[in-house]
Amino acid sequence: MNDDHAAERRQELHGYIIGLVSAILLSAIPFAGVMLGLLSPAALIWVIAVAGLVQVIVHFRFFLHIDLSRSHRDDLQLILFSLLIVVLMVGGTLWVLTNQRHMMG
Amino acid sequence: MAQAIHGKGPSHIGIRMSNAAPESRKEAARSEAEEALFGFWVFLMSDLIIFSMLFATYATMGHSLAGGPGPHELFDLGSAAWETVALLLSSFTCGLATLAMRYDRSTGKTLFWFGVTLLLGLTFLSLELHDFFTMASKGGVPSRSGWLSASWALIGTHGLHVTSGCIWMLIMFAQVAKFGLDPLVQTRFMRLALFWHFLDIVWIGIFSIVYLLGVLS
Repeated sequence: MNDDHAAERRQELHGYIIGLVSAILLSAIPFAGVMLGLLSPAALIWVIAVAGLVQVIVHFRFFLHIDLSRSHRDDLQLILFSLLIVVLMVGGTLWVLTNQRHMMG
Repeated sequence: MAQAIHGKGPSHIGIRMSNAAPESRKEAARSEAEEALFGFWVFLMSDLIIFSMLFATYATMGHSLAGGPGPHELFDLGSAAWETVALLLSSFTCGLATLAMRYDRSTGKTLFWFGVTLLLGLTFLSLELHDFFTMASKGGVPSRSGWLSASWALIGTHGLHVTSGCIWMLIMFAQVAKFGLDPLVQTRFMRLALFWHFLDIVWIGIFSIVYLLGVLS
């Protein structure tokens, strides 16, 4: 194994370790918050939402190696387009069905 | 795909071919691997849409308890926390397995880390099965209410995915025994790793939305 290779390997290993440590923290915070009842329910909802979103980004960045570099543009574009479809479908479903529940309820 | 084929980012998931192969063949084999991985991303995104719709269904069923048991009676957050730990560690060991495969070219190390990943996956599944039996014993069966149908569908679909990931891993072990870690087997392992990391991301949504927000409400 040449030096370049070894440096790349070390860099990737660091990435996985950073990913693991931050993911553990980002999971532990909302679990501890809810199990120990540390904050008011309204504040906890925000903690769960933010920690969850950040953890998803951490996983994509450090475990799936998706970032903004040119070599990952195709993967990133595919993911962003899929997210657009998800937002339309999930958003539309929630909009229509909660409306319906209010009108019929 | 042109950019992906020529991309050489340091942290890119790619397959390094044997140094003995001529440069053009290495390039060709790598672009083939890149395309296979991109195709697998397309599959993962279609899977993401399935899970998103199950999440949307779950959200619309949030209040439809029909007098049946709710999250407070049915969910055990301690168990969900251990499931999270098992799956997260398995994602990490899966990463170590791909490092061992791509940089160390060590069949032994690769199989060891994928083996650990499989054991953690099975740990997750046994905890989840235990949860399912506990829920059912408290009357939380899928047919009881709309909320329960949606919960079982969402958590169950994820559990089935993890199960198929474990079966896939066993098949890969058999392939390594037969073919060794050849380039084709390596790209299959890379796709398995993508699948496994993806399932951990879906689990973040499940523990946040179903377990934590459920118990909170």
